[in-house]
Amino acid sequence: MDPSRKRAIRLTVALSAALLLASALIYTSFTAGNPELTASQLLKHAQPGQSYILAGTVLSGIQHDGTALLFRVRDPKLRLSVPVRYTGIVPDPFAAGRGVLVTVHEQGSTFIGEPNSLTTKCPSKYQAAAAT
Amino acid sequence: MALIGRALLILGLLVCLYGIAASVYGARSGRQDFVVSGRRAVYALAALMTAAFAILEAAFLRSDFSFNVVAAHSSTTTPTFYKGAAVWSSQEGSLLLWVWLLSLWSSLVLVLTRKRVREIVPYATAVLLGFGGFFTSLTVFFANPFGTSATPPPEGAGLDPLLLHPSMMIHPPMLYSGYTLLTIPFAFAIGALITGRLGGDWLAVTRRFALGAWLFLGIGIVLGARWSYTELGWGGYWAWDPVENAALMPWLCATAFIHSIMIQEKRGMLKVWNASLVLSSGVLAILGTFLVRSGILESIHAFGASTLGVPFVTLIAAMVASSVGLVIWRRERLRSEARLDSLLSREAVFLFQNMVLVAMVFVIFWVTFFPLISEAITGTKVSVGPPAFRPFIVPLALVLVALAGIGPIIAWRRVTAANLTRSFSFPVASAALTLTVLLIASDASARPLALAMFVLGAFVLGTVTQELWRGTAARRAMTHDPLPVAFVQLVRRNRRRYGGYIVHAGLAALLIGVAASSSFQHSRDVSLQPGQSARVDGLTIRYVRATASATAQKISFGALLSVSQGRRHLMTLVTSRGYYPAQDASLGPIGRFFNGASDSNVGLSAGAWHDIWTVIHPDLTPLQPLISQGDRVFQSAMAAEASLPAAQARQGLGRLWQFRDIAISEITTRFVTHPWPVEFLLIVSPLVTWIWVGAIIIAIGGLIALWPFPMFAWRRVRAVSRAKRAAPPRVPARETA
Amino acid sequence: MIEFLIVLAILLLVIAFVSAPLRRGGGAHMQAPSSSASQLEELEAAREAKYREIRDAELDHRTGKLSDEDYQAIDGSLRAEAVEILRELDRIGERIPS
Repeated sequence: MDPSRKRAIRLTVALSAALLLASALIYTSFTAGNPELTASQLLKHAQPGQSYILAGTVLSGIQHDGTALLFRVRDPKLRLSVPVRYTGIVPDPFAAGRGVLVTVHEQGSTFIGEPNSLTTKCPSKYQAAAAT
Repeated sequence: MALIGRALLILGLLVCLYGIAASVYGARSGRQDFVVSGRRAVYALAALMTAAFAILEAAFLRSDFSFNVVAAHSSTTTPTFYKGAAVWSSQEGSLLLWVWLLSLWSSLVLVLTRKRVREIVPYATAVLLGFGGFFTSLTVFFANPFGTSATPPPEGAGLDPLLLHPSMMIHPPMLYSGYTLLTIPFAFAIGALITGRLGGDWLAVTRRFALGAWLFLGIGIVLGARWSYTELGWGGYWAWDPVENAALMPWLCATAFIHSIMIQEKRGMLKVWNASLVLSSGVLAILGTFLVRSGILESIHAFGASTLGVPFVTLIAAMVASSVGLVIWRRERLRSEARLDSLLSREAVFLFQNMVLVAMVFVIFWVTFFPLISEAITGTKVSVGPPAFRPFIVPLALVLVALAGIGPIIAWRRVTAANLTRSFSFPVASAALTLTVLLIASDASARPLALAMFVLGAFVLGTVTQELWRGTAARRAMTHDPLPVAFVQLVRRNRRRYGGYIVHAGLAALLIGVAASSSFQHSRDVSLQPGQSARVDGLTIRYVRATASATAQKISFGALLSVSQGRRHLMTLVTSRGYYPAQDASLGPIGRFFNGASDSNVGLSAGAWHDIWTVIHPDLTPLQPLISQGDRVFQSAMAAEASLPAAQARQGLGRLWQFRDIAISEITTRFVTHPWPVEFLLIVSPLVTWIWVGAIIIAIGGLIALWPFPMFAWRRVRAVSRAKRAAPPRVPARETA
Repeated sequence: MIEFLIVLAILLLVIAFVSAPLRRGGGAHMQAPSSSASQLEELEAAREAKYREIRDAELDHRTGKLSDEDYQAIDGSLRAEAVEILRELDRIGERIPS
């Protein structure tokens, strides 16, 4: 085969593979993602039965209720917070004042955290609150 | 001393600005004296930053709380070993560490290139000083490590207990060395593009630095994973956290670069690709630092909420724009000198491997930044989280491992069918044997992707073993040395090649460990009372009894666990959870001990076959009434003491603290004597140890490929060039096998 | 006051160190790298890479990755390329005064 034709075929194959990967990635991320909301957005938009990722800072006054953990997550900008009831693995860095992400769904006046969905900000990293 | 420290930073910034101007002027006007002066600016920066870092380190070591960072990140009770490391647990200190390491590595590369790539060096100096100036200005204007307080607190807040781990002492300097070392190839690439000197010489100069960056970054990543596994109490070693990805992306990019650089060296091909990879690695290194330091992607703070957001984004935008602009400008000179001869050649395998690595970087970049991307497009932040990585990264990793096996046994330029059969038969047979054994003797077929990784891993180990064996045999045939001597000589004479093969073997071991531990992990979250037991993966783990201890620094609640298989007792594990008092006095004299930071002491038995990993999560609810009652009693007693004359109050408070300690010790006794149910996370994970063993093998291979270190290499080059001046070079005579 | 003096001393030291090359000879006798010297350096790097390639091909042959015929062909062309680089080096070397 003519070498330039060969090169063109190789390039087409490589570009098609890249395109396929990119479209699969874009499609997956837009369809499989969960909206990441602050406390105030959650209060405004939450619909029963749907899951959201709640992002915010844990307020002090964390309580234990048997195996469940009760805490409030605050909106970093507005002085608003929502209650969360969570069961499952609690990462060690979890503490009052630390940033967290937790997948929740609404149940009555409180938000139920999905088991093992709690992640906390790495403790060795910068915390804006501490620096200001 | 703080004043001197701050003055050193300002001086450092001025030196950077001067050095940039002198280097660029020297290069443009041909005035070598300005070029030398510019280089000296880098040495001066290194000296200034060393002094500044020493001042800050000394303040930490002597617990000088008049320094704000010391008061916020250390205390008199912090062990000396960790006081030294506490410097880089602060934002300010870590930025200073960054610029200090940058200045040291920059000085090293400039010492080594005094007489080499002389046209490129001035521009590279300017770029390196640009980075130095940027980070110094951050410490001068945004995060001053030498801020002081007129009324220093008597005691510091202390280091976050989670950072009290040996690997945390080494992890940040390793990562930062990796990041800063990656700026060196970046700087030389920019210099090469500006001057148009795009031959192999600048690559030869920076190759070792790229390899060093790859090695340090890799060690940093693994230490972080080890810390996560043994300290963070969730049982995993990798969470696809943005800060982990921040280090992985430049590492993958550097991996691609140190492979493709060989194609340019040998064939003069892929110059645009290589330049782009070097520049991307540099940009990703800065992006990594930005992700870690700004907190932008932990999703809690809006873009730019951190004071560092704007300067970093400006720097990254400038780096990307100049990189793209220069590559486009020099596209003619970056034309390949040769073409790919065949798809069955090592070049083609390297190229394919590069594409897989770049695809991985792209996937990680996309998913990591997706919350910001989606917010920019749709107005809503959407997070896809760790599950989104797997469908893409796992197949790509499988292809990568396959290529890591094929690469070493395929020749440069071309291969024939007969040679392919000869090279592939042993590795393919080892893979087939592994597959058969696993299908018959294990349940690995339940997880096809993990099974594929085991088989491909066996293929890689087969190729590396075969290559080492054949190389040694060929060497023996030539020299008639004993086997071990022939082996050592083979590796010593072909360090890059065999160092690389050893890295491939390590990678196979590491990924086998990852595949096994993530696919065949048995995990149970159980609530047990003393005497009760739980079964995990055929093992019986019994909660024997509760343990507790109390010191001024922490209260610890733990458990003694007995692990047995059938009737055979295997081991006893001890796990505990430490509670560190909160600084907030409003939480109560007793309550504050249970509302501060806490950490897990993992009960871990690591073995070649599997790890038994246990942590305790005590339920504090039964103790809560006691804690509240204690708080009430002590608060009213303290109020009564406060109404007394000062001397009497002091004496009374001293007594009160004694009573408080007794009360706390009573609470800990209660935990031991009452059979309350306790939550445990019990995990049995196969082959985790091979992740760490694989990483050590990778590091050894990397060191072999890197050795001799640049300083010694340079001496050797000089000696060789002296010898060559005496005798004109000859093409090496063909050795007879 | 002492701190101020220390800072001043450091400042003077830095200025003296960094500006020393400028004070020494005004750049008159400090020659910028000539393009021939840079070309020489590039060729030397190419020569080292070519030598390494020759050694690699030989090792590939000895470990059975290259057939005799392929090896003869590759080694021949690599040596021809190396000789070309050496010729070029000699040509430029003659132009540069030692």
